Amino acid sequence: MSTVTQSAPSRRPRDFAFSWADAGPFLALAALLVIGFLVNPDFLSVTNLSNVITRSAFIAIIAVGATFVISSGGLDLSVGSMAAFITGITILFMNAMAPSWGAWAIPAGMVVALMTGLACGLANGVIVTVGKIEPFIATLGTMGIFRALITYMSDGGTIPIDRTLREAYRPVYFGTVGGIPIPILVSLAVAAIASFILYKTKYGRKCAAAGANEDVARYSGISIVRTRTIAYVVQGACVAIAAICYVPRLGAATPTTGVLWELQVITAVVIGGTALRGGKGHIWGTVAGAVILELIANLMVLSDFVSEYLVAAVQGVIIIIAMLIQRFSK
Amino acid sequence: MVPRDANATSKAASGACLLRTRGLSKQYGPVTVLSNVSIEIEAGEIHAIIGENGAGKSTLMRLISGYVDPSAGSLEIEGHAVSFATPHEAQDAGIVLVHQEILLADGLTVAENLFLGRELTRNGVVDDRRMQQIAADKLAELGCHVSPNRLVRDVALADRQLVQIARALLDDYKLVIFDEPTAVLTGNEVERLLDIVLRLKERNIGVLYISHRLDEVQRLADKVTVLRDGKMVGTYPGRTLSQMDMAELMVGRELSALYPPKSDAKPGEPMLRVMNATVPGYVEDVSFTAHKGEILGLAGMVGAGRTELFEGLVGLRPASARIELNGVPLHIRSQREAIDAGIGYLTEDRKAKGLLLQERLAPNLTLSALGRFHPGLYLRKRRETAALAEAVAQYDIRLKSLKVTAGQLSGGNQQKLLLAKILLTDPSVVIIDEPTRGIDIANKAQIYTFIRKLVGQGKACIVISSEMQELIGLCDRILIMRQGRINGEVSGEQMTETNIALFATADTEGGQAAVGGRA
Repeated sequence: MSTVTQSAPSRRPRDFAFSWADAGPFLALAALLVIGFLVNPDFLSVTNLSNVITRSAFIAIIAVGATFVISSGGLDLSVGSMAAFITGITILFMNAMAPSWGAWAIPAGMVVALMTGLACGLANGVIVTVGKIEPFIATLGTMGIFRALITYMSDGGTIPIDRTLREAYRPVYFGTVGGIPIPILVSLAVAAIASFILYKTKYGRKCAAAGANEDVARYSGISIVRTRTIAYVVQGACVAIAAICYVPRLGAATPTTGVLWELQVITAVVIGGTALRGGKGHIWGTVAGAVILELIANLMVLSDFVSEYLVAAVQGVIIIIAMLIQRFSK
Repeated sequence: MVPRDANATSKAASGACLLRTRGLSKQYGPVTVLSNVSIEIEAGEIHAIIGENGAGKSTLMRLISGYVDPSAGSLEIEGHAVSFATPHEAQDAGIVLVHQEILLADGLTVAENLFLGRELTRNGVVDDRRMQQIAADKLAELGCHVSPNRLVRDVALADRQLVQIARALLDDYKLVIFDEPTAVLTGNEVERLLDIVLRLKERNIGVLYISHRLDEVQRLADKVTVLRDGKMVGTYPGRTLSQMDMAELMVGRELSALYPPKSDAKPGEPMLRVMNATVPGYVEDVSFTAHKGEILGLAGMVGAGRTELFEGLVGLRPASARIELNGVPLHIRSQREAIDAGIGYLTEDRKAKGLLLQERLAPNLTLSALGRFHPGLYLRKRRETAALAEAVAQYDIRLKSLKVTAGQLSGGNQQKLLLAKILLTDPSVVIIDEPTRGIDIANKAQIYTFIRKLVGQGKACIVISSEMQELIGLCDRILIMRQGRINGEVSGEQMTETNIALFATADTEGGQAAVGGRA
């Protein structure tokens, strides 16, 4: 697209117009860093920041997928349970294959995770679009199903990853490339691909149009069913990628894996600037939103002002404030 | 209602005028929808307001009945200055608006709707019996004999309209405003309604009557006020105006100057042939043909099924039909397939169904034709920008900058953008539903010229419109729908309002009849 910038007279306005709504999450992020530094100078240390951002990676990756779903006018409450379910399936598969395939069970398991994620997303999408069921209700249903399945698979306990695989898998979460933790690189890559799709392709346009005004999209010859279903499939893929990165961190899947992630994911999307009722999605805003959530949690741990048990409460307040800002900035 | 005694002295000067508006104006942001309208209504007078779509009639009604605050100007009732913060205040002052749209609660009964918000009670308990009795009486007065116990959703459209009128007449008002009351009514029902209006006049009630149907206006009105582009053209004594006079006053110029000359060339070969089209619930067994180089009009009343027919044909709603385009049978299951086959449909509701109002112009323009701008992996925004520049020039879309959103354009420019959007898909048949709803006269004339140019390029155009003058001025041939069927066809000299109205309302024996149709 480098050629485009040369066309002087009617240069694409979108890329150069400054908008508070677009810049909001990044300004909030900057403000948070300053506050953090004032509260505790250790906050800005490379180790701390790299830890925080690494921890935010799962939510960021899932939230990038959620940006598609929400932008297209949908909602997915099942992401947390889905992440647990995919983690469970993946570990069971890897453990089963480890004796015969050795370390090759890991990449094979990743493929299984991705396939499972795509299938789960497709199921959500088809229920919502073809079944014409409210996204809230449909994914509330699948949320229960995925959660029950992981509980059933683990028999209420844990599904630990096979010892022989642990060392080989470890770098996916704990490793670095060029000093940058792998989960951060993965989430950057996911966000970069996602923003290309959302902003530079036909599908991205259709997605935003379907969410902004379903009728206009329909009358313009866009298939709402296909567009939304694809958004859910993208969401499933993102959950799978997050699950793949997550496995080495905990080394097991449990019935409580991913509990309340959907809340954090939706919060990240909304404070990132994407309207919950659909329309234009803000991928990088979403990533900033995920980092903000984790930074706040970290700040509360590092400072003594507020008990860290209130982290969820603070995040709840943030989502409400973000919605109020969206409401009144119209 | 806030009476201001300071102005009470003007009562003597103005005499017993029931309602007087002085310089009423309304602006929405930079857009002036009504400016400086001053009218007077006497008690026992039927005062008609006419004007084209978007002339400001509805806004004027809403200002008078308290739904909208004026930006400037004032209201006086019987010489007292008043201002209404809510419709309730207007009703307390004796002014009631009978809405054009049916605003009733579907799931409640006729009687419950009639008394909604002002239920009669006895000892603190809702007195259903008495309300049903009164409802039955009031409806019978209007010649409506539905049972007050029936749910509104089970009642025919015309009866719902009467229920709505009965609701407005439940209390004694000084001024009743009718906003297109006959839009959904047919022959006998219209007569009944006109009767009701005349009876109100006898009871010395003032009536403000808005209608598209100039024959009604001519029969009823003591005075006629003409609005055009939000401004008042003038108030005329009713009976001195012919229907042609009214039409020309509304348009503001010789009608012939508004429309491009019709082509003398004989229409070409059949282009779009539709056979046995049925849209469940709306349209039954409709067949017609649109020819190359022809502008085919679709007339009919609200609810006749015109929009539904074409939405069905282009795959926007469930329908069955045999369609041939240039002799090739088509099976259209979605709007996408219709577009790809070369049939473009331009919706009547450009704000809710046509344009993404929050989006900029280029994404709106290209939304139906994204494939053209997406040759490989990604969208070429440069090509989109070029396409927009071309459309802006070609369709004379006026804008402050290319950065504005679609919602910031005026109605006329939105309509041009929508037209450009559909034509970007390069259709051979262009179906335009209400091409000029709510846009000003200059833009109208331009759009008519564009449509004429399209058929000159060998396309076929189908124009659906509620404005009979528009169809007569623009089209080569007009089909008239009634109750889901094509009830008649007129062309050439036979294209008159009287003929069209006849076919739109009267049940012609044996279904389709052609008045002077082409052999």
